[in-house]
Amino acid sequence: MSFDWMKIVYALLTLFIVVNYGMIITAIFQKIGARIGRRYGIPVWQNYADLIKNYGLRSSITHGTMFYLGPVFRLTGGVGLLLFIPVIYGSEIFSNFSFAGDLILILYFVFFGTLGMALGAAESGHPYSAIGITRGLSQVTASELPFALAVFAIALQYQTLSVTEIVAAQQGGYLNWTLFTNPLAVMAAMLSFLGSMMRPPFDVVLAPQEIPIGPPTEYHSSYLALMQTNRMIFPIAKIAVYVCLFFGGAVSWPIFFLKVFLIYFVSVFVGVVFPRFRVEQSIRWFLIWGVPIGILAILVA
Amino acid sequence: MQSKDFSKAELQKRTVTGPDGVEFEVDPMRDYFCEAPPTVMPPAYIKIVEDLFNWARAESIWILGFGTGCGAIEMRPLMTPRFDAYRYGIQWRPTPRQANLFVISGYLSVKTLKRAIRSYEQMQNPKYVVGLGSCTINGGMYWDSYNTIKRLDDYLPVDLYITGCMPRPEALLQGFMDLKKVIRAGNAEGANRYAENFAWYKANQKQIIHDWDMPEYSW
Repeated sequence: MSFDWMKIVYALLTLFIVVNYGMIITAIFQKIGARIGRRYGIPVWQNYADLIKNYGLRSSITHGTMFYLGPVFRLTGGVGLLLFIPVIYGSEIFSNFSFAGDLILILYFVFFGTLGMALGAAESGHPYSAIGITRGLSQVTASELPFALAVFAIALQYQTLSVTEIVAAQQGGYLNWTLFTNPLAVMAAMLSFLGSMMRPPFDVVLAPQEIPIGPPTEYHSSYLALMQTNRMIFPIAKIAVYVCLFFGGAVSWPIFFLKVFLIYFVSVFVGVVFPRFRVEQSIRWFLIWGVPIGILAILVA
Repeated sequence: MQSKDFSKAELQKRTVTGPDGVEFEVDPMRDYFCEAPPTVMPPAYIKIVEDLFNWARAESIWILGFGTGCGAIEMRPLMTPRFDAYRYGIQWRPTPRQANLFVISGYLSVKTLKRAIRSYEQMQNPKYVVGLGSCTINGGMYWDSYNTIKRLDDYLPVDLYITGCMPRPEALLQGFMDLKKVIRAGNAEGANRYAENFAWYKANQKQIIHDWDMPEYSW
């Protein structure tokens, strides 16, 4: 089997586009949030300045090996997730490393970053990190359940584990999207989506006012910058999965940008309207509303 | 400088029995803190890189959320719609590890000075200190108090003072704008000044903190 080396270059190109798009869209959403609070909001290029500043700090201290590896794992989760999604359907350049059965791998990568973070933050030894990690892992686990159920439902529906084939099955008019062919699965997945975006009402993991920003309390300079980079990539990659699985995929970058913006906006809209859940409330919410819909989706499929 | 007279019992070296019955030795002052003094960290070798970093540092000032005196109340309005400092790239961070700017907001009692020193030392180089209000310059209305410091610059390297009692939020914003100019010009080297004159700063600090029960330097 021959490997096309150009694929690596193309994958890096995808990564570059997604990072920059993530930087700008995140700032725009922060600005939208600020406008709702009647503030002017941050400049659009603020994320770039923050990132360069953090990479440019002169000193950094470490708490051990896992403290180094935590942010690296986190970034691997984001980048890995992105690299196995056919971001642009039908494009030779931007279909990345997607292969038959990548659906399972994607499910794994969604969780990978959180686990890495847990190991890294535990090493930092800060009590607030430990509290944040406990909350984060329990919340992510609860919010993954509806998503996993939805993914199984559509794997049954399309009889395949390949994301590319799922996208292919949704082509030809928006009525072929999973959104309309299997609304229950999409509903379960969108409820789970709210939980994984680190926005209110599910931002108790970071909780800036009570446990000073939770898991990354001890992280600074380049470590923090790596995690910030991941915060730019991961939401976009995660939404790219949603676009592929539920919203008919994207055939060009403008369509991709538009769909990602709209799906991201759902979480921002919910976030500015609802206050924060406590962690046991959010777990209960996922179990009461998310999981039954997911099970129903599987039964229907 | 080596006055290791820690009288407090919880800071003594001792043997502890863990919950699983294993005995181990604990030395709080050595186990959790680094004893190495801070070092001078030179700017990036290439000027254009350092200029880029200085631009980013000026445009992304993260303030440590630590209010010391009455001036802390003047920082809160900056987060609200009326003044909104976020549009200038100024944010508040809850942990000293991620903060770059330490605003000493008003009078600083000796007890708070200990916490201020430890928080300052945990921040990463380059870091800046702004003295807010007259109290940080000459003691202000607390000039004859037995329990506050008079000159902040003796204990921490100050980059900028904002005068007034109290300065209004507008004055603070103007101060941050001036600090940006200092950073852009590459003159905000307070962390390196602290490292260079470490012995002098420590001597000053120990002169007024009588129950010195913390490490020499808490990276």
